[in-house]
Amino acid sequence: MSKLKGKSLVSITDYSKDDILRILDTAEEFEANQRQNILNGYVIASLFFEPSTRTRLSFESAVQYLGGSIIGFASADTSSVKKGETLKDTILTVSNYSDLIIMRNPMDGSARYASEVSPVPIINAGDGANQHPTQCLLDLYSIRKTQSTLDNIDIAMIGDLKYGRTVHSLVQALSLFGAKFHFVSPDSLKMPSSVKTWVKNAGLEYHQYTELTDVIPIADILYMTRIQGERFPDPLEYEKVKNSYILENAMLENSKDNMKVLHPLPRVNEITEDVDDNPKAYYFQQAKNGVYIRQALIATILGLK
Amino acid sequence: MSNKRTELKVSAIRNGTVIDHIPADNTFQVLKMLNLDESNRQIYFGTNLDSKKFGKKGIIKISGKFFEEEEISKIALVAPSATLIEIKDYDVSKKESVRLPETVEKIVKCFNPKCVTNIQHIPTKFTVTQDHKGNMKLACHYCEKTMGEKHIEFL
Repeated sequence: MSKLKGKSLVSITDYSKDDILRILDTAEEFEANQRQNILNGYVIASLFFEPSTRTRLSFESAVQYLGGSIIGFASADTSSVKKGETLKDTILTVSNYSDLIIMRNPMDGSARYASEVSPVPIINAGDGANQHPTQCLLDLYSIRKTQSTLDNIDIAMIGDLKYGRTVHSLVQALSLFGAKFHFVSPDSLKMPSSVKTWVKNAGLEYHQYTELTDVIPIADILYMTRIQGERFPDPLEYEKVKNSYILENAMLENSKDNMKVLHPLPRVNEITEDVDDNPKAYYFQQAKNGVYIRQALIATILGLK
Repeated sequence: MSNKRTELKVSAIRNGTVIDHIPADNTFQVLKMLNLDESNRQIYFGTNLDSKKFGKKGIIKISGKFFEEEEISKIALVAPSATLIEIKDYDVSKKESVRLPETVEKIVKCFNPKCVTNIQHIPTKFTVTQDHKGNMKLACHYCEKTMGEKHIEFL
């Protein structure tokens, strides 16, 4: 039985390298054999205090492929939160009705807090601008699957490196595997120094660029991100940088054969549609991998794998 | 000359505590943070005093007051170089440097307005760390944001 049984997943740093590999291996099992009726009789709560398409649906799909039941809400408007209920009260109530709680909440740190008050494990499906560990795990799964390894890859991260939570978690996780990082962003959206310190402390290299074309020939993974208007304190700043990096199919000509383009989605205009047909485009498969990862997490945390 | 004067000031308290070696810029912050500005005890303080070690320093002497662990943590956060000298019957009974605690609970507000601790009634908790330049940082246990000394606001 795994030591992850009964343990909440709030932040990717809650997991060791071995824990991460264990989840990826289990996800591989689910990719090979997706429909397994091991969650029969279990009830999973899915509490989405703010809207989400991919994360919520892929969690719900994961539960259903495993034969479990799902309860919950898809927005705070349809729950008692609207009446002013505290997070603690919501979590304590819902934990009476379920074996595990999947939660997305706009408050930074809400998932850690929920994990401390909840008698059942919590899986963080995004807490504000803070953490989104299941996205990180599905990114790692996608990298390992396309590169056959997680060790020492050259990863280029492009776009909003300042506010983008997925890139921060991914840097932390890949630091365990010895990656080489290439950060591409406008000056105003550079990777925060706390993340760069993390890389340095792991004894690894990073390089910073302002031109997307500089990294295309050297990357094994091109990790594109959306520049998120809602994260900018000043709308004028957003207008200045919103079209900074747009990947077009013709730009991929000089890329390595093994190179794949990843994106946490949704995209706006940073990858043009002509890239979708290129075999190096992997972002829709990446989203599909999210289901296997979430199946693996739910099964492992409930002690069924 | 200045040594002699310091001794005289210390001996002026019969029982109480002297906080010495406060960075001069933070003397008033220490006074306020410990609510000494509202205290009815006898308090002497000086700032921008010459110090061989620090250039300029602050010193505060409070009659009849001995600090608890939690208060010492607070002092360490804004004056990590401070020395606490306890005086009993005009003699120095204890002298120690303040030490940064490993964690700081319930006394500091998180600077991130979106942190759950600022939206719901949840006690705050921070891990004390350092950045690559050796500056003290507080990492919020909940939102994981890290703040420096200039963002510290006491609850």
